[in-house]
Amino acid sequence: MTLPADAETASRTDAGGRPRRRASSFARLVSDPLGALGLGLIVLTVIGALLAGVTGQDATALNPIDRFQGPSAAHWLGTDNLGRDLFTRVLAGARIALTLSIGATALALVIGVIAGLIAGYGPRWLDNLLLLVFDAMKSVPTVMLALVLVTMTGPSLYAVLLVVVIVNAPAYGRMARTQTLAIRSSEFIEAERSLGAKGGRIMFRHVLPNIIGPILIVAAMDIPVVVGIEAGMSFLGLGVRPPTPSWGSILYDGFSYLRESPWPVIAGGLPIIVTTLGFTFLGEALRDTFDPKIAGRK
Amino acid sequence: MWLYFLKRLGLAVAVVAIVIAALFAMIHAIPGDPARVALGPRASEELVAAFRERIGLDQPILVQMGNFYVSLLRGDLGRDAVSGEPVLRILLSQLPDTLYLVLGSILVAVVPGVFLGTLAARHRGSLIDRVTSVISVSVMSIPAFVIAIYLLLIFSIELQWFPAIGAGEGVLDRLHRLVLPSLALGLAWIGYVARILRASILEEMNEPHVRTARAFGLSENRIMYDYVLRIAILPTITVLGIGVGHMLSGAVFAEIVFARPGIGKLVFDAIISRNYPVVTGAVLLTTIFFVLVNLLADLVIAWLDPRVRHDLAG
Repeated sequence: MTLPADAETASRTDAGGRPRRRASSFARLVSDPLGALGLGLIVLTVIGALLAGVTGQDATALNPIDRFQGPSAAHWLGTDNLGRDLFTRVLAGARIALTLSIGATALALVIGVIAGLIAGYGPRWLDNLLLLVFDAMKSVPTVMLALVLVTMTGPSLYAVLLVVVIVNAPAYGRMARTQTLAIRSSEFIEAERSLGAKGGRIMFRHVLPNIIGPILIVAAMDIPVVVGIEAGMSFLGLGVRPPTPSWGSILYDGFSYLRESPWPVIAGGLPIIVTTLGFTFLGEALRDTFDPKIAGRK
Repeated sequence: MWLYFLKRLGLAVAVVAIVIAALFAMIHAIPGDPARVALGPRASEELVAAFRERIGLDQPILVQMGNFYVSLLRGDLGRDAVSGEPVLRILLSQLPDTLYLVLGSILVAVVPGVFLGTLAARHRGSLIDRVTSVISVSVMSIPAFVIAIYLLLIFSIELQWFPAIGAGEGVLDRLHRLVLPSLALGLAWIGYVARILRASILEEMNEPHVRTARAFGLSENRIMYDYVLRIAILPTITVLGIGVGHMLSGAVFAEIVFARPGIGKLVFDAIISRNYPVVTGAVLLTTIFFVLVNLLADLVIAWLDPRVRHDLAG
């Protein structure tokens, strides 16, 4: 009888055991200098996003007389080709970058994990079909996919969202599937089934909590990639439409007038670097802290 | 091995077929009548009808899809909507410039990547290891186009060490102009190469044959370069194989920022001018390339690691 052992496995992930483990893990996370630095950079970006709109300047207000100015007390990061205040635009861009990257990653996660659960728990033919779909979705290069999608839908935030889901969901789906396959015949699932639990209940109440941890970490590590996708698409004119400020479009405007002034490019690029580094450092530290199994693979 | 090879090949073909079907569906989902788009608003109804018949738009959708597959198998990717030239010929004329760029990027990734990976593995747990790990992670996370623009700003505009635009004439000029775009595209892969190499060297160091070599009193350098690195480098080759596919698509940014000719620039311009046959042709070509490279990488892994092929064949 291996039931007690299974009960113990289950209790490791139940609500009662969590708080203590989480507190010590957080301490471990920030005691890692890289993790602390990552967290700091992200907090900086979040504060920037929250401050958007409180600088007293309008991110889209044109002021051609003041164009291509260097940093000054009035314009902390200078002005762009239309005389817009770059600092205000960068803050507004932070709001878009953060909401979009976290929102899109969450959407990809939900879709990927549900498909993966179904593939892992459902019939064999459905599993094979879904695997094929995952493979096909993963095999189109990201930039090409973005270009084709935008040709159809026109440039928009939704196009960015769609690209992120298609690029990232298959990886989460595959992970969820593999993990589901690994525990679907374990005793506590068998026990549930023999008690008459339905497939949906088993998948979401029993399988999901046991497989979601590592997938969440991988998703967190994907956020900087998504920030890059959003900025890259907006840089190519395929994402956020002007005059809405996105870091990518600030960069593109600056790139077009690079010989006039370096400040727009510096202002557009720095926040991208700060945010991607922040999320990457934090993601690495998270992985090392919570999932020694993945960490061992690096 | 053969069973595995066939299965994997079948999977690759299926994946490409699905991508083609999705592409076909996308072309048809584009709003507006392709015939009218091609002929312009002033074309008469008869002309549009004749054009539809000529390119097969009047046939049932499944027949159209079948024709699409058949022409692809013949290597016919359609004709440029503006110039009327075959898309395949246009793509092949732009391919070399992109391939030079990818080759340059691989060089940028491999040389420092192998150096850093070896260094980190030899000094495992030390400050050097820690610093290389931070460098690897940092270059991996910054998007290539941001690096490209900063390189352009610093080395072309401010310092004027490198020309800012074009692919150049003659070997030396071409190489000179290849430096910054290759750096921009390859920098991230230094991190991937260094990481994977470090891990596989550490794994290899524990193998019995390395211990035997050490017991025979061979020097650490000799052990590293003659025994460990020869085997440990193999997973790196696989990673680079996957990297080639990514670089091919990332080339769009490097080609736009440095105003170089190439597949990426071609697709981008084609989208601006709504030249759909060129867009779909280029996407198809890069996807097939991507799938092929991944297939090759998987086969290399299977060839090296029997566990993988047994898992899949079983």
